[in-house]
Amino acid sequence: MTTVAEMPAGFADKVLAAQSTFRSVMDAMARPGTVQRIQAVSGVPAPMMRGAAAIALTLFDQDTPVWLDTRLAATMDVAKWIKFHTSAPVIADPAVCAFAVVADPAALPSFEHFAFGSGEYPDRSTTIILQVAGLTEGPAYELRGPGIDGATILRAAIGVPDLLDRLALNASLFPRGIDLVLVSGESIVALPRTTRLVAKEG
Amino acid sequence: MYVAVKGGERAIENAHRLLAHERRGDRDVPEVSLAQISNQLGLAVDRVMTEGSLYDRELAALAIKQARGDMIEAIFLLRAFRATLPRFGSSEPVDTSQMQVRRRVSSTFKDMPGGQVLGPTFDYTHRLLDPVLTGESSPEQPAVVTGAEPGIMPRVTDILGRDGLIEASPAEDPEKPVGDLTRDALSFPADRDLRLQNLARADEGFLLSLGYSSQRGYGRNHPFAGEIRLGEVEVEFMAEDVGFAVPLGSITLTECQMVNQFKGSDTEAPCFTRGYGLAFGQSERKVMSMALVDRTLRARELGEDIKAPAQDEEFVMSHSDNVQATGFVEHLKLPHYVDFQSELGLLRKLRKEFADANETPVALQEAAE
Amino acid sequence: MNAPTYNFAYLDEQTKRMIRRAILKAIAIPGYQVPFASREMPMPYGWGTGGVQVTAAILGPVDKLKVIDQGSDDTTNAISIRKFFEKTAGVAVTTSTGEATVIQTRHRIPEATLQAHQVLVYQVPIPEPLRFLEPRETETRRMHALGEYGLIHVKLYEDIARFGHIATAYAYPVKVNARYVMDPSPTPKFDNPKMNNSAALQLFGAGREKRIYAIPPYTSVVSLDFEDHPFEPYKHKACCALCNAEDSYLDEIVTDNKGSRMFVCSDTDYCETRQSDGHRGSENAAPYAESANA
Repeated sequence: MTTVAEMPAGFADKVLAAQSTFRSVMDAMARPGTVQRIQAVSGVPAPMMRGAAAIALTLFDQDTPVWLDTRLAATMDVAKWIKFHTSAPVIADPAVCAFAVVADPAALPSFEHFAFGSGEYPDRSTTIILQVAGLTEGPAYELRGPGIDGATILRAAIGVPDLLDRLALNASLFPRGIDLVLVSGESIVALPRTTRLVAKEG
Repeated sequence: MYVAVKGGERAIENAHRLLAHERRGDRDVPEVSLAQISNQLGLAVDRVMTEGSLYDRELAALAIKQARGDMIEAIFLLRAFRATLPRFGSSEPVDTSQMQVRRRVSSTFKDMPGGQVLGPTFDYTHRLLDPVLTGESSPEQPAVVTGAEPGIMPRVTDILGRDGLIEASPAEDPEKPVGDLTRDALSFPADRDLRLQNLARADEGFLLSLGYSSQRGYGRNHPFAGEIRLGEVEVEFMAEDVGFAVPLGSITLTECQMVNQFKGSDTEAPCFTRGYGLAFGQSERKVMSMALVDRTLRARELGEDIKAPAQDEEFVMSHSDNVQATGFVEHLKLPHYVDFQSELGLLRKLRKEFADANETPVALQEAAE
Repeated sequence: MNAPTYNFAYLDEQTKRMIRRAILKAIAIPGYQVPFASREMPMPYGWGTGGVQVTAAILGPVDKLKVIDQGSDDTTNAISIRKFFEKTAGVAVTTSTGEATVIQTRHRIPEATLQAHQVLVYQVPIPEPLRFLEPRETETRRMHALGEYGLIHVKLYEDIARFGHIATAYAYPVKVNARYVMDPSPTPKFDNPKMNNSAALQLFGAGREKRIYAIPPYTSVVSLDFEDHPFEPYKHKACCALCNAEDSYLDEIVTDNKGSRMFVCSDTDYCETRQSDGHRGSENAAPYAESANA
């Protein structure tokens, strides 16, 4: 158990680190498939990755209910760290969360468990921060959609079963939908709901 | 030869210097102090605090001085400052039944516990310019009532409520926190919490006209001024750490409860309905107008036809904020050369086509199809 | 007294987070207007508070900021906003389109093609393209949800019936990524084609109306039109009197009491760059009569 007094530091310079992290996330979201680097955060409780922690410090607050997957919720450390540093409520119901942080892609619940937003307010939807094994090696995907000049290739060990089926369902709901941010260490790749993925040979 | 317009930066600096100079006015006349504004132009301060959504007499006085007495400009200054303040939480609801009342009038009962208390009011003054005020004035000290009761008196609507003659005030719902339109963008339909917040910040003149329009038949609902009270109430803040509400201090409020035409149904006995107004300081015109418009905006909830502007929540709430309104109206001062040029080009093209067509009527015929 | 102190780039961090989340959703749903809790800024609503809030939320110490109004870096409101960020964020500023990483604009898109490392932030007065056809937010929101845009086509077609042309010269509506109809802000329709498939990210901020929306890079942006009345960008039949450019949007300047006119680039950086590259215009103002030159 960690007490508040022992709680490790977040960003060294809150204002500027949040700005630089946000720009990385914004660039990732605006240019799906590109790998962006994120500013390091120290003292992140396992199994949360430093990249996911930086995003949390940048975007979470009392207005963003956060859902943690079973692996992250296994000890109270991550939830405590999030509450202490961001004041975000950590909630049990993924259907109303603004952000979901997932450390075990193999056990990612199906997208229907999260918020898709409504037709009138498609922005009221969950952003899933998905910790993955790698964003440079692994199966190849061809990406198309807004933010991509024609097509681009992403090689990533995402590890979500039926990933393409889930994304196809997500695409069919547009403008409602889930947005994904993949994190590996301090690297991130975003897959907003507009990005279309096809598996590539080799 | 044409030289591109330059030097905007210098022009702005000079304009600001000139503004500061004009604000100060004749330097042989002593500068007005914040204490003078706060004390002697107190109702202006009250309005700026109310529509500026910030209870701070000194800052409101500063805003009035800086704005050269332009109330909307002063409200804007206070709002812009407020927007940068960190938010610690929301206070406990204030209890106006515990108000230390300085003024309390009701038009529904001739007398009731606590009685009618006129307090400081313009109501029965004759509006004759007072030459005494052209110089130093030394008004008589106010009459002191000896052995008076403490100024706590029941609310008229509570008296009516005891007998079920007026609808109950909506109960607090812990599941549904009170909305805040400064933290979340407004969406429609808007519930009464957001409507009241919008009306509390709304321009007094706009609400006055809307309330007036409802009295003249555009969304009429037969109001009576159940009670208007002015006085001081305690503000408390629930501190999670200590586990109980801590007093933050006392503020001056004006409250108006309008008693309006009744509702009822097969399952519900008829009773009066409420319209509510609350403002910082002494702001009677504001709270009365607010209470009228609160009631007209309840048309949807009470199943009344929405026919008049004062009943239309999108119309009222989208146009009630004078800081927004003045910004957009006054932005017409900004350059629009580019759009104007574009319109001009289109207009010239249409005029040329019109002229050509009028020389050859056949073409006009074609264009019209 | 509560003496005011202000954060980097003016906005407090909580406000920035809220705006940043809105920007991310705006990028994920191209052309959709994300509601956000716009703050009172220290400049009036209608004078660029939406653009200023977006810029303040994205700006960092490594950025170079350019601010234009009507295409010019030197108009008073552009200067005022640039000064605001110099003062509150200590950020480097420039008038060069090429050097800027963030460009805040009112009413124009720069003539120089924007690059992938750049963000264009538009100030938007009325973000709702359907607003003048249907004043109710509840109604327009439903139309966007259903992608029901018949009304705006009817309006454009009525123009054609009445004037022989679509009578919209600026704030000409576009369809983004084949889904949302979007207001491009009051830019002249001359600029509309520049939004399509741009390498730069385009963000739109409407402060008074509390909306943020976006066009990601490389996204299709199509001006609404009809097969028999295709979209055509308006352009003066003139070239710039200072730099001789034939491809730029021109301001019309009245130079004397006889009504002589001169046409010069509205994009001052574009014009000055061309002049320093040795391009020279006629520098003449010519007498102008509506009938002869219409």
